[in-house]
Amino acid sequence: MTGARSSTPGGVPVPIDMAPTTAAAGVTAVRFRSVHKSFGAVRVLRGIDLEVPTGQRLAIIGPSGSGKTTILRLAMTLERPDSGTIEIEGELLGQKRVGDRLVPDDERHLRQVRGKIGMVFQHFNLFPHMTALQNVMLGPVNALGLTRAEARTRGLELLHVVGLEDKADVHPRKLSGGQQQRVAIARALAMRPRIMLFDEVTSALDPELVGEVLTVIRNLAHETAMTMLIVTHEMKFAADISDRVIFMDEGVIVEDAPSSVLFTNPAHERTRAFLRAVLER
Amino acid sequence: MTFDVDYAIRILPTLLNATVVTFQATIWGMTFAVVGGLVLAILRMSRFRPVSATAGFYIEFIRSTPLLTQLFFLFYILPLYGLALSAFVTGVLALGLHYSSYTAEVYRAGITGVPRGQWEAATTLNLGPLQTWRLIILPQAIPPVIPALGNYLVSMFKDTPLLATITVLELLGTALTEAGLSFRYLEPITIVGAIFLALSLPSALLVRGLERRFATR
Ligand SMILES: Nc1ncnc2c1ncn2[C@@H]1O[C@H](COP(=O)(O)OP(=O)(O)OP(=O)(O)O)[C@@H](O)[C@H]1O
Ligand SMILES: [Mg+2]
Repeated sequence: MTGARSSTPGGVPVPIDMAPTTAAAGVTAVRFRSVHKSFGAVRVLRGIDLEVPTGQRLAIIGPSGSGKTTILRLAMTLERPDSGTIEIEGELLGQKRVGDRLVPDDERHLRQVRGKIGMVFQHFNLFPHMTALQNVMLGPVNALGLTRAEARTRGLELLHVVGLEDKADVHPRKLSGGQQQRVAIARALAMRPRIMLFDEVTSALDPELVGEVLTVIRNLAHETAMTMLIVTHEMKFAADISDRVIFMDEGVIVEDAPSSVLFTNPAHERTRAFLRAVLER
Repeated sequence: MTFDVDYAIRILPTLLNATVVTFQATIWGMTFAVVGGLVLAILRMSRFRPVSATAGFYIEFIRSTPLLTQLFFLFYILPLYGLALSAFVTGVLALGLHYSSYTAEVYRAGITGVPRGQWEAATTLNLGPLQTWRLIILPQAIPPVIPALGNYLVSMFKDTPLLATITVLELLGTALTEAGLSFRYLEPITIVGAIFLALSLPSALLVRGLERRFATR
């Protein structure tokens, strides 16, 4: 939980106004219906059915190559399903219905649906030619149409939330991995997503920098009602933060249970073996 | 035949004036190549196959035919189809078209050097394709290829004498005209060589400097 001494991210309230909540709690934020995805001959997802209610914190765990990242990338429209559909708050993602056929969505509607989703990557993917603040302001100015002044205010506020307002004018290469990842989280939050996707956001970090990033996400979970899909290898973090866990193996959801159940009393042998293996490490 | 210094000094002003034309041809040609090459590179990388294939074919075609042929083609064939441009404009056009197929490949190297994660981050921020190119990709793709573009600028400068073959009175063309009047070739051609050397050498050094500057990013 150390790292950036200048200002620790712990305990800062999160002044994040969520986009207007038209969807009542209990509505499905993300729904996968028999989604299949292959890369060449590799069948990465073999029929995923998944329903994530609004506000849920879903942890996705499983061995390497089981398809966890692919699920998030599909929800972010970075990949397209080979078959099956994905809905975000009841609207088809990347597809539209014409008669009884599904065709690729038009750009305008696609962007409208995609605007509800934010993603944080394992390798941060900050824009190296921009300062931290410029990274955070970019989306609001260019995709949401905020004025620079508005975006700046929002950006500084979010850098404060992640404990980095004093690094606003610093370029990513001058930041530690943990700091870069916190900027990336601020950048995603600046779009006011209703659903956040976290893909192993700490696994590229030195061990001593993991805590500061997890703290930021924990705070987000406490202070907001955002729906979160969290792929992680940090089992303790997953157990703390999530309401529900799915365990994936070889492209299918093997076990789907409340986190209190899955971590203490897994029903499937494969889940048990996986948990044993990761806890031994 | 000895070098006639008096004669050389007499024709020097004329040749220096002609150097201005050489400069203009290079600058306009390079402007064309810098912009045209970028457009070509982006078309070449289009996800829409007919567009990328056409751009790819065009680039290969231009690169595998000599500049002189392209120059003659534009100069002698275009007028047959009612497009009569001045010799200078034709020359600039040929230089620009020819070199844009080279700069296109330079840009392409720069663009493919931008990690895929940058495109993906742009998608998560809901940027459109044009915004992604303008704000994310090109600002990272172009600086590393500036030295390579600089090299082509120097090459193009050294190719401008070809324009003499289509009657453009640039440096070489003017020197040949002078030589035709006096029947002395030694002085005009030597001066042409000296002027090219005097201008190319510093440019090459400048490019070297750019390379060092952009290599250590
Ligand atoms: N773009 C791609 N092209 C080819 N194969 C891919 C591609 N993306 C993923 N794969 C393959 O798909 C499989 C599942 O990948 P995925 O990234 O979803 O797994 P994961 O569960 O996130 O694994 P990890 O824990 O290692 O991150 C892997 O075998 C991977 O090599
Ligand atoms: Mg992964």
